[in-house]
Amino acid sequence: MTNEDAELKGASMTQTLSQYSAAEIADIARRARIHILEAVAHAKGGHVGGPYSAADMLAALYFRVLNVRPEEPNWPDRDRFVLSKGHSSIALYTMLAMRGFFPIEELKTFDSINSRLQGHPDMTVTPGVDMSSGSLGLGFAGALGIALGARAMQRDFMTYVMLGDGECNEGIVWEGAHVATRYALDNLIAIVDHNKLQQFGWRGETTAERITPYTGSQLADRWEAFGWQVFEVDGHDVQAFLDTINQAKAVQGSPVVLIAHTIKGKGVSYMEGDYTWHSRVPTEEEFAIAMQELGAAEGGTT
Amino acid sequence: MTTLAPGKALRVAFGETIAELARTDPRIVVLDGDTGSSTRTDIFENEHPDRFFQMGITEQNMLGMAAGMATLGLIPIVSTFSCFIVSRAHDPIRVLIAQPKLNVKLMGGYAGLLAGMTGKTHLMFDDISIMRAMANMTVVAPADEVETRQALKAIIDYPGPVYVRLTRPNSPILFDDSYRFEVGKAVTIREGKDVTVFGTGTQTARAFVAAEILAEEGISVHLVHLPTIKPLDIESVVEAARKTGRVVTTEEHTIVGGLGGAIAETLGEHAPLPMKRHGLQDVFGESGPNDALLEKYGISPEKTADAIREFISQGTQPG
Repeated sequence: MTNEDAELKGASMTQTLSQYSAAEIADIARRARIHILEAVAHAKGGHVGGPYSAADMLAALYFRVLNVRPEEPNWPDRDRFVLSKGHSSIALYTMLAMRGFFPIEELKTFDSINSRLQGHPDMTVTPGVDMSSGSLGLGFAGALGIALGARAMQRDFMTYVMLGDGECNEGIVWEGAHVATRYALDNLIAIVDHNKLQQFGWRGETTAERITPYTGSQLADRWEAFGWQVFEVDGHDVQAFLDTINQAKAVQGSPVVLIAHTIKGKGVSYMEGDYTWHSRVPTEEEFAIAMQELGAAEGGTT
Repeated sequence: MTTLAPGKALRVAFGETIAELARTDPRIVVLDGDTGSSTRTDIFENEHPDRFFQMGITEQNMLGMAAGMATLGLIPIVSTFSCFIVSRAHDPIRVLIAQPKLNVKLMGGYAGLLAGMTGKTHLMFDDISIMRAMANMTVVAPADEVETRQALKAIIDYPGPVYVRLTRPNSPILFDDSYRFEVGKAVTIREGKDVTVFGTGTQTARAFVAAEILAEEGISVHLVHLPTIKPLDIESVVEAARKTGRVVTTEEHTIVGGLGGAIAETLGEHAPLPMKRHGLQDVFGESGPNDALLEKYGISPEKTADAIREFISQGTQPG
């Protein structure tokens, strides 16, 4: 653990979340990217591109938005967060660790035998994981059930769920999108990490070039057609993301989705926009370059 | 010859019972996959409209949403046709319900061979095989309306995921009102000495009639009903099998991996004995009236008696 992380962990227990500025949250995301790559390199396996596209938003959620108690992960009135794009698990684990749900050192156990940090989130073993996921689209349905159940039980916490844009290929997503409108689930905010790439996707001009699963406003149009209120936002602009979340929370009478425009592999030059970093282990040289670009030497490496 | 009194359909007993249970248990909610007028969750909707959630025709989503609701302490009862729960929504059941052991009750309606002129899509008779292969899943198949009521009461207080096999037609009554269902317990229906027959679900009543037919011919059937296929009552199965030394299993279900498979696995390990699996023969179904289907696919009471008689008359000696 770095000194900065130690300070962060201590702070998270005592400070109210709103004291973190957008710049501080962006720096938390930067350090999270270092932890993520360290964990994947250590495990010699795992996903990088998706965790990096989601890192800024996850930092904003865990350090400014979600009403959670790291010391009491099953607190009944907590806000719920479901990472439906479960293959980005290491990003979630990193955020939970930095927020104090478990020690940052535990990230080194990611994907190893008997670890609480499974390749895809397992609600039965990891503190702070509200719903298992990993088969795409399922976490979204689970989150809708939490929101509908909360309403039936007259509980007033919010439920947040993050999906991938490739995940929106799944039919179950649109089954749920239809039902959520039917029940006007305004106690749920969905976030689509629209990083324009999926694992392999459709071919562009060459094998190396892959086509975004949804071009232009296609994704926003689809959600709107299903009756959702749609906001589009830059998923790497923390202040804009926080402002949009606040607007989304104010919406009544319909479910809300944030289409967050992001870059797969964001933060490391050679990863950005390269589909092969969906799931890949860095070489020593690549690791060193990434650490340099992420400013590990200036504070935030182990 | 003893005859069985006519009874209600399991689906009717199901609808009535969950409505009744919900009067005193606020945890119960129902999710319907647009089949409530068939599966009879309409009875529940009528009495508890605020706890009935129509999910439309979105089976995968429905099972996922049920999992989410269960994380809050609710007990979601998910109901639609068996084929659409077990096949179509297998993935969310496996990932979101079974592995995390969430307290969701899966009601597979219209299971088996008799789903009302629907044919191969709707006739679901590999549901027991599929669901019993899933870790953490409990599998229950009641025989009649009495047992359906009892089983539903029992599984509401039995934590974790349970699949209940429900059927469409009216079913004869096998149990009187003093009967008490217990998860994982076998029930001896009839004492006998020549052959042990294990039945499950609505096939047990046909096996009972078969045993009556055979009794008139001097063949004494020891009939044991297994309303819980998983966890299987191994001790009772072994004891009942050893009592006569030869075994026939019968089910309104494929002989591959269902009750017959479970018994074969059990006896193979604990008490290898001569046995025959009677049921549906690795086939898909087709449309037709119930009696014609039972006859053609060989699981009517008479055909069941034939299968048992043939097994014995082949000279199969007790092991």
